[in-house]
Amino acid sequence: MALAKINQVTGPAIYVPGDDIDTDRIIPARFMKCVTFDGLGEYLFHDVRFDDQGNKKAHSLNDERFSESSIMLSGKNFGCGSSREHAPQSLYRAGFRAIIAGNFAEIFFGNSINLGIPCVSMEADNRAALAQWIESNAGTEVTVDVDQLQVRAGDLTLSCEMRAGARDSLLNGAWDPLDELLSANQEVDQIAQELAYV
Amino acid sequence: MKAKSLFEKVWDAHTVKTLSNGQTQLFVGRHLIHEVTSPQAFGMLREKGLAVRYPERTFATVDHIVPTNESAEPYSDPLADAMIKELRKNCDEFDVTFFDVSTGKQGIVHVVGPEQGLTQPGMTIACGDSHTSTHGAFGAIAFGIGTSQVRDLLATQTMALGKLKVRRIEVNGELAPGVYAKDVILHIIRKLGVNGGTGYAYEYAGDVFDCFSMEERMTVCNMSIEGGARVGYVNPDDTTFEYIKGRPYAPKDEDWDNAVETWRSFASDDGCEYDDVVRIDAANIPPTVTWGINPGQAIGVDEFIPSLDSVSNDDQAGTKEALEYMKLEAGSPLEGTPINVAFLGSCTNGRLSDLEEVAKHLNGHKVKDGIKAIVVPGSQIVSQMAVEKGLDKIFTEAGFEWRGAGCSMCLAMNPDKLIGDQLCASSSNRNFKGRQGSPTGRTMLMSPVMVAAAAVTGTVTDARNVFKN
Ligand code: SF4
Repeated sequence: MALAKINQVTGPAIYVPGDDIDTDRIIPARFMKCVTFDGLGEYLFHDVRFDDQGNKKAHSLNDERFSESSIMLSGKNFGCGSSREHAPQSLYRAGFRAIIAGNFAEIFFGNSINLGIPCVSMEADNRAALAQWIESNAGTEVTVDVDQLQVRAGDLTLSCEMRAGARDSLLNGAWDPLDELLSANQEVDQIAQELAYV
Repeated sequence: MKAKSLFEKVWDAHTVKTLSNGQTQLFVGRHLIHEVTSPQAFGMLREKGLAVRYPERTFATVDHIVPTNESAEPYSDPLADAMIKELRKNCDEFDVTFFDVSTGKQGIVHVVGPEQGLTQPGMTIACGDSHTSTHGAFGAIAFGIGTSQVRDLLATQTMALGKLKVRRIEVNGELAPGVYAKDVILHIIRKLGVNGGTGYAYEYAGDVFDCFSMEERMTVCNMSIEGGARVGYVNPDDTTFEYIKGRPYAPKDEDWDNAVETWRSFASDDGCEYDDVVRIDAANIPPTVTWGINPGQAIGVDEFIPSLDSVSNDDQAGTKEALEYMKLEAGSPLEGTPINVAFLGSCTNGRLSDLEEVAKHLNGHKVKDGIKAIVVPGSQIVSQMAVEKGLDKIFTEAGFEWRGAGCSMCLAMNPDKLIGDQLCASSSNRNFKGRQGSPTGRTMLMSPVMVAAAAVTGTVTDARNVFKN
């Protein structure tokens, strides 16, 4: 089945401030006791959103004005820590289709691209400008343009970056590599035989 | 022939082809799985009607969710129970070897692989777990991967990856007494930053690594990911081969000599090019403790908690957030910070040598009243060996609880959790907010002996002043 070509993502955006937001923060480990990813969206950023008693805390993710967001803006080193695909899966299931951050931890980045979620890096000044714009234009659409490597919001046109290979795979609808991997089975058998170990 | 690093040699030997997006299709020799990140992957296989291509290359164990204080099934947590049963079912259906609890070989996946001799030099290894970098201690290239890649591996024994650059980190000279492998890696992360390793494989080398045991090398490689490096490795040498020899999956008889020869040939060539080289003087590494909410927020045990004006502009926000969360006062000494819980275990420091080293010091000391102290062997085999040596008695006499094997309090997927804002002196690898099970729980990472010193005094303390013998 051909995958969608992801040239751009458009939708309302939300700003989640902070650097080094780790995957434990995105989806706390205790919610990973599951054998499918269904339902993970509900627990996205759970401990940031709720206190010990389950009361909502003051956070943009609890702000009604941003409840329809499909694009997330955050700080540096987003998605560091565990390799859990539960993190991008919970973002995806909570409706997020693109992430903008200072930069991304590698495994998180790869996991997200595999799900067709573009992750673009943006420098600090641009992030600050975009955060401000999002705050004053809650619910208004933002476009993450993977093709042009731009983020557009109202009058703002901000440049962003993404590793070439990942970008190509989104643009060409080849972000899930399984079919291509499967097509090389003969070569794989040969390598398996050549290698000295079992 | 061009001089090559181990990383390049292993990468080249396992390259199937270049994919249309420019990534490499890499053959993976060993695939390790556990209960948390594999069930969805098996689900995807079923959905697509695919089989496991090389079931003999995948090995499973169960670690994250196993309770360490009960062994009877069903587990009291129905979700945990469902997960172990699912893994059992998947391994059965797809013909994958499972080191289940009943085999006596169960444990944390990164302890079990090396213990069984599955981890060998020159291999590519992958597991749906970021601390897979541990296996690099053997001169393997070992990747932590996500669940979609677990699916790819099950279906094809390959995955799509971009090639990494290689940074050689040399630690030369001699470590001061009371400074351990854990301090070495915490120091490296402190110096290079939590994302300093992005895009790199770390090659650890120098006098210190030459002298390290395999378990010490594993401790360092384990936490490569905490420095942002997906892969960390040490070139294989006689220490490596000695460790592997005789283990269940090690090559035997005439195969052994050939294997050693091949393994040796994977070591980085003299004069090969690195993308970066960092040199660290071993003598400058103190017993290191994290005070913040990422593993790079670490200082020497005799240093002071950073104040906002002592850090760069870039680190202001992060420092402030960490000070608030950790409830620490800027500028105050780290030593003397009261702790509530002491945790010994995890894939970083839950091996036999870790327990032996602590037991050596702990003998004759008592855990301070009011401190909860637990020791969790990394595997059933570690546990059994420790018991044979009488270590369990030393621990329990000192006031530690002796538990069953698993990930335990390293993360919150089993009954071992912090409560409220308890502060835990921990031999594990992550001090993220909420990592140990309570959304306000606090973690300080340190070496196992430092954890024991904290347990004994009830505060963060330089172990060298506690265990003077
Ligand atoms: S001990 Fe901790 S870090 Fe290691 S595999 Fe288990 S949960 Fe992960």
